[in-house]
Amino acid sequence: MTKDECKKVVLDIIADIAPDEDLTNVKSDVRLRDQLQLDSMDFLDIVMELRKRHSIEVPEADYIQLASLDSCAEYLTPKFNALSAKS
Amino acid sequence: MKPSRIVITGVGLTAPNGNSLAEFRANLLNGVAGIERMEIRYMGSQLAGVCHYDALRHQTKKEVRVGTRAGSISVYCAREALADSKIDWAAQAKDRVGIYIGCTEHGNVETENEIYNISKFNYDTKFWSHYHNPRTVANNPAGEASLNLGVTGPAYTIGAACAAGNLGLIHAAQMLRLGEVDLAICGGISESIHTFGIFAGFKSQNALATHADPAKASRPFDKARNGIVVSEGGCLYTLERLEDAQARGAKIYAEIAGYHVNSDASDYVLPNPVRQAECVRASIRRAGLTPADIHIVNTHATATPLGDIQECEAIRAVFGEGCPETHINNTKSYIGHCMGAAGALELAGNLPAFDDLIVHPTINVDDLDPACALPGLVLNQPRKVAKVDTILNNSFGMLGINSTLIVKRFAP
Repeated sequence: MTKDECKKVVLDIIADIAPDEDLTNVKSDVRLRDQLQLDSMDFLDIVMELRKRHSIEVPEADYIQLASLDSCAEYLTPKFNALSAKS
Repeated sequence: MKPSRIVITGVGLTAPNGNSLAEFRANLLNGVAGIERMEIRYMGSQLAGVCHYDALRHQTKKEVRVGTRAGSISVYCAREALADSKIDWAAQAKDRVGIYIGCTEHGNVETENEIYNISKFNYDTKFWSHYHNPRTVANNPAGEASLNLGVTGPAYTIGAACAAGNLGLIHAAQMLRLGEVDLAICGGISESIHTFGIFAGFKSQNALATHADPAKASRPFDKARNGIVVSEGGCLYTLERLEDAQARGAKIYAEIAGYHVNSDASDYVLPNPVRQAECVRASIRRAGLTPADIHIVNTHATATPLGDIQECEAIRAVFGEGCPETHINNTKSYIGHCMGAAGALELAGNLPAFDDLIVHPTINVDDLDPACALPGLVLNQPRKVAKVDTILNNSFGMLGINSTLIVKRFAP
């Protein structure tokens, strides 16, 4: 998986948990909370959906890595690739 | 000190056969039921009363996703009631508003959903939703309404089984009289059709209705009645002290005339006609009326073989044969049993009778059970009557809670 593909995975999840938001111009390097109406429960949703849909675990200490799309891609892409290498 | 007079100044509702009072009333006068078949988890196709209101009229998509059906129904009804009341909501002091919502139960839907969800993950509880607790707390329906409306006054639910709709109104009147709030948004709601448990429970009690034609399934007082049609719904009112309503030139639907709440203390599920009659009598006495002064009695009857007979016994004991101006009807024959919303919805369906002097009938009575043959029963066709100055609304519930609410035509 590329980092861009990883960003797409995260955006697909956000589209479901924040259905009123326009995601066409989300900036990769800006904190998601600074450009979208997302609260702490929504971030728990992102963690839950990564677990449910992709079997990716994000420990609480790493939640900070989900701050922006860039940081998500940086943190999650190796996890996705490690999973696919296993399977 | 004489208690404040309390009046109804707005109505917001969603019923299986209407999403406004006007639509609901028109269907009650035209014999239009609102029962359909619905797929229920583990049970297959069942009869149910389903509401088809537009949730996005008053909620964002995210509010609908995060919240509960009960919360959504509460928001819809509260917003519609406020709009109907023509209260200047922007200028309203939100800390002086109370939200009092009756519900039969809350949390079953969300708990069942989560158990079903984790069943897809080998019952691993790490897949259990972080929304479970805010969705299942008992105050959820009122809390969601307070969030949506920005109400900072008291907002909570009143658990009173199927008497809860009346209890919402009664409690609101009490809080207004105590001066706790200046405006109450109150009534009852139900999301019960989204839990298989209520269907399975009634089925195990042999109290779940079956019929080839959904529109004919809910048939109180008919010999062939065979149980309850479970429905969802909601009806919330704006209640105000009379002087406040008059000061802003509000339309007044009715005045709260009297009420009473008591308990059977006799059985978990079987009604007790002696206590029901006591409840009805006490409400009439507290309203300063006699049985002959009551013009419409809206029954609770749910179409169970025994329950209908017992309520009829209670009504017969109070009204006897000597109340020629008392007309008796039932609204569940159209919409099934809306549980916590039942009392509030059924009252609303009769309120327009103050204006049009028409008593909506009980439909689906093809063969009247002699044990339910009360004088004054209005069957299958609306009845134009000479006078409607009072409406008495019965709502009873499991564990033996009885409530009777009387409203009267407003006269300054």
